[in-house]
Amino acid sequence: MLANAAANTTNLAVRLRAVTKIYDSGVTALGPLHLDVGRGEFISLLGPSGCGKSTALRLIAGLAAPTSGSVDVSHHGAARRGSHPIGFVFQEPTLMPWATVYDNVRLPLKLAHAPPSDAEGRIHDALDQVGLSDFANAYPRELSGGMKMRVSLARALVTDPDILLMDEPFAALDEITRFRLNNDLLTLWRDLNKTVIFVTHSVFESVYLSERVIVMTARPGRIGAEFRITSAEPRSEAFRTSAEYAAYCREVSCALAPSYAGQASA
Amino acid sequence: MMSPQRLARFVLPVVVFAAGLALWEFIVRVNDIQPYVLPGPILVLKTLVSDWGVLSQSLGVTLLTTLEGFIAAAVGGVALALLFNQSKWLEYSLFPYAVVLQVTPVIAIAPLLLIYLQQQTAVIVCAWIVAFFPVLSNTTLGLNSVDRNLTGLFQLYGASSVQTLLFLKLPAALPYMLGGLRIAGGLSLIGAVVAEIAAGSAGAGSGLAFRIAESGYRLLIPRMFAALLLLSLAGIVIYGSLALISHLLLRRWHESALGKES
Repeated sequence: MLANAAANTTNLAVRLRAVTKIYDSGVTALGPLHLDVGRGEFISLLGPSGCGKSTALRLIAGLAAPTSGSVDVSHHGAARRGSHPIGFVFQEPTLMPWATVYDNVRLPLKLAHAPPSDAEGRIHDALDQVGLSDFANAYPRELSGGMKMRVSLARALVTDPDILLMDEPFAALDEITRFRLNNDLLTLWRDLNKTVIFVTHSVFESVYLSERVIVMTARPGRIGAEFRITSAEPRSEAFRTSAEYAAYCREVSCALAPSYAGQASA
Repeated sequence: MMSPQRLARFVLPVVVFAAGLALWEFIVRVNDIQPYVLPGPILVLKTLVSDWGVLSQSLGVTLLTTLEGFIAAAVGGVALALLFNQSKWLEYSLFPYAVVLQVTPVIAIAPLLLIYLQQQTAVIVCAWIVAFFPVLSNTTLGLNSVDRNLTGLFQLYGASSVQTLLFLKLPAALPYMLGGLRIAGGLSLIGAVVAEIAAGSAGAGSGLAFRIAESGYRLLIPRMFAALLLLSLAGIVIYGSLALISHLLLRRWHESALGKES
């Protein structure tokens, strides 16, 4: 399942060392990339399209193997059947249209043969966490884009993962829905004590959400700059309009600009 | 309530049908056309009633053949598609021959089959040959249309290949598969009829197509029409039932079954 499950001794959740990814087509998508993510940390990978940030997530998830370098993911070991150290949220909701919300969230547990008695409670907890308890029997097509994303999030949470990998999850949503999901995600992160690696191309979103923003270069993706977002202010709507927030966004934008150099202006 | 436009969609074909029948009957009576040249619709209906004993038995035979051919096509088509999906090598090796079988007119194959196989078997094989291909190609298309990210998700959670097949590939392919089956239903009837015709009067069968051929030789034209009517009705019922099953299976989630209720 996971490529490497070492690095258990440290306080790191994820440790990438000189990781590169070269596709069969010969395109070098990533690296070499060094990255340490602490346990319980919320980091964003920020960069232009095609810089390999999604590839980095797939490598961490074990969905693809690195061409060279090492990917270490530490976890507390499977506590019970149906626990999985990694939750993945895609850019699209990626739900099974033939299954109800309940069955979609149940999927990881079903695949792990979790005992049904245990599963039911966990599914309801997960749906509760994303505020969809009343929609357990709905089909995906009956839901709005934001609600589908919440189902996707509930499915990622149902295995009680240590690490949540999110690949531009809110990019396709309207702004108001996105802001609301941003806030709910922060609440979940604080309450559930997860490590979150959040891929985005939005400077504003990354600064708002993260403790640390990693700015990536254009392909092949490497770390271009790194910012620690330390604010006394709690992350809430008030933070969005603060001078501090604006200053961080400006800084990060400047660091991001070279990544876009050489690309045709849109 | 039905909107006027929806009502018209049901009423108009019926009106055209009735008008056509009336015109047919009118022409036959006015010109005093003999029944062995062209029977009027009323005579056809009367023949259907008077010959019901023979015809219903033939209908039963043809429907059974069709059903057997359809089941063989459904099982064979889906099974081949699953095999092809599991092994590219198998697909590359065999798919061209599936195409060859499909594009060679079955009416030309039927006489050969009748030489080598017992008639009952030959008829079913004919039905299978024409009907399996749409099931195969549609199911293959469906199995290849699975959401890439969903596949990734199954991989992430360590799904076995059986789980991936049962919980992901088959449900995702279902709408395509049902589309193929809907076509296969009508085609297996055609296959059965073609084989019966090819067997002709030499055959020992007694299906509807055999009845049509036989009535032709005996100049029982009204009975030919009655048998034709039954075949046509059988085709409509087969298509209708398959469409209904497809709708019932997909109505909760698939776009095609969501209707235009807005």
